[in-house]
Amino acid sequence: MIDSAINVTARSEPIDTLLEIRFPARVDRIKLIRPGVDASARMCGLAPTIASDVVLAVDEACQNIIVHGYKGQDGCEIALTLIRHGEGLLVELRDQAPTLDPSKIQHRALHDIKPGKLGSYFMSAIMDRIEYLPAPGGGNLLRMYKQKDGSI
Amino acid sequence: MTEATGQITNRRIVHLAGEIDLEHAPQVRKVLLGAVEQGRLVLVDMAGVEYIDSSGIACLIEALQESRKKNADLALIAVNPQALRVLKLARLDSVFAIHTDLTSAVQANS
Repeated sequence: MIDSAINVTARSEPIDTLLEIRFPARVDRIKLIRPGVDASARMCGLAPTIASDVVLAVDEACQNIIVHGYKGQDGCEIALTLIRHGEGLLVELRDQAPTLDPSKIQHRALHDIKPGKLGSYFMSAIMDRIEYLPAPGGGNLLRMYKQKDGSI
Repeated sequence: MTEATGQITNRRIVHLAGEIDLEHAPQVRKVLLGAVEQGRLVLVDMAGVEYIDSSGIACLIEALQESRKKNADLALIAVNPQALRVLKLARLDSVFAIHTDLTSAVQANS
């Protein structure tokens, strides 16, 4: 069981949680969260095209957790929390996979046209800020921010 | 995700629809590489594609590379705005030949 991501770090500002859900870390379950991410991003004032981009970034992050974190192992979970953050959205993804070394995250150079390694690039290109944190008690906490005006 | 493949002379037309994501990428990859194997020109109709992610893009890149190895051509048709935005994000919109419809794709490759 994954603890609520909302409790991981003390926050000084009021928290407006839009959606909090745990789901099996399986590739056929990612589609179930897309509508919630899209609607939450729009609720935070993001334009529809930007909301679609955020859906892609969250999708890619979940894929990375499933494929690289859990390595496709059955019975694992991902906890997703969507929080209004200023004039934008904060996405938190928590897993119980082995602790990730952010320095080892690579995406390919765009001029190098070949299949694969685009997911992390999409995440960084779409989101304003990404934080990879070790989660208390084990696992990883990924925070991704997207502001309406890209101010972060 | 659904796909259907048609053939006109040495052209293979692959119709993709639905969500081209990690769940369906293996099936899409198989269909695209099969079409590249059989056709001199592969046209990928993306009108019905509702969503595409990096794994779907990877399938398209691999098919394009395989077609180049065979001196064949691969082009995308009727790419919807979401898919086009993802292609642009990856700066692949200038790598793939993209046509608005089948007629213009055929004319461009005749």
